[in-house]
Amino acid sequence: MNSPEINDLIRILARLPGVGPRSARRLALSLLEDREKAMKPLMMQLEKTYTAIKTCTRCGNLDSHDPCGICGDTRRNRKLLCVVEGIADIWAIERTRAFDGMYHVLGGVLSAIDGIKPDDLRINQLVARIHEEGTEELVLALAATVDGQTTAHYLTDRLGPINVRISKLAHGMPVGGELDYLDDSTLTTALRARTSVNR
Amino acid sequence: MEHFTDNGIVLAARQHGEGASVITLLTENNGRHAGYVHGGYSSARLRAQTQSGALVSVNWNARTEGQLGSYTIEDSRPPSPAWLEDAASLAALQSICITLDRALPEREAHPALYAGTVAMLEMLGQDRELWGAALVFWELSLLRELGFGLDLSKCAVTDTTESLMYVSPKSGRAVSLEAAGPYKEKLLPLPAFLRGEGNINTEEIQAGLKLSGYFLEHRLYAHTTHALPEPRTRLLEFFAEK
Repeated sequence: MNSPEINDLIRILARLPGVGPRSARRLALSLLEDREKAMKPLMMQLEKTYTAIKTCTRCGNLDSHDPCGICGDTRRNRKLLCVVEGIADIWAIERTRAFDGMYHVLGGVLSAIDGIKPDDLRINQLVARIHEEGTEELVLALAATVDGQTTAHYLTDRLGPINVRISKLAHGMPVGGELDYLDDSTLTTALRARTSVNR
Repeated sequence: MEHFTDNGIVLAARQHGEGASVITLLTENNGRHAGYVHGGYSSARLRAQTQSGALVSVNWNARTEGQLGSYTIEDSRPPSPAWLEDAASLAALQSICITLDRALPEREAHPALYAGTVAMLEMLGQDRELWGAALVFWELSLLRELGFGLDLSKCAVTDTTESLMYVSPKSGRAVSLEAAGPYKEKLLPLPAFLRGEGNINTEEIQAGLKLSGYFLEHRLYAHTTHALPEPRTRLLEFFAEK
């Protein structure tokens, strides 16, 4: 029988994504067996991160500064704004090093089934940013799902009266993909969005 | 052990726990039927296969009949790219899926409704006027399937089959121009294409959507805790704009 403190630790660890009760017990035991080298640094780092990390009031990203490192970077193209569903999407695009503009996190996508409405997302902040920062192009980097595309259509309608170019990510063949393994929808989209290679 | 193999349309998929999902299907032979999908949320492939509007072939297994049971996706055709590219088609798709999810009783077979819904979905993304009119017919057939059918064959007052121009919001029966008289402001216009006359145009489709929407709201949804879904109310705007 464990002490209440250990049980609480296991319960909290088990709430983390990818960690079930069994893994939580193993993690707790591992931390407790090496309290000085594993538990203490983790505890200190968690506290440090908890105190330091803020949500960027401009884009919604997480960073130790507000505005975040991306919003504060003067070398980035401020006229180009990429709209994403969540912070994980910023990390994914940043890994590519192919985009040098700014980001705006919506905080989700519209969903009629889950009852997520425009007011539940950071859309008003997006409109305000476009006006304030003089955005010239908006890239809608939203999922190619029913909800993602509904959100993209809603934003296109809502931003229609504003003088800003709106683009969206292309859908099609993944790099390294073989035709035989592509699903019908992806292949259809790739065919529709084919590009000329000789001129 | 309970088991079936069936075809279905994904009406809704909700995350369950960390990596699984619970999907609700309109199946061909088993009606609206929910089931657990292992890895349905954590697997990108399964998440794509179980989007609203996807057509799937499934195996369902459960220990006893009353259990939720679990689905194995054998084959799937995700929503067509043409639907995703057209905002009106997307709104129609969502409206169809949410309405079926909220209004149909569980595990009661509606094979004709299934066939009609598959045909309806196939039309989305194509000519908007054609699928708009088809959607009105589909909604009226859904009402009929669930016992709330309208009688548009003859006038409720005079029994005439001529000049049927309105529908009574109370009885759901057609009313002729002559019988409507001073009450026509209180009646719902009956579009010509529902009488088998005239051309289909956006105005007529809008009138048709208002008619079917009224009865969906006051008959179908009146028996649930939900209001007409937001994508359904948005649909009218697409037919007003064009």
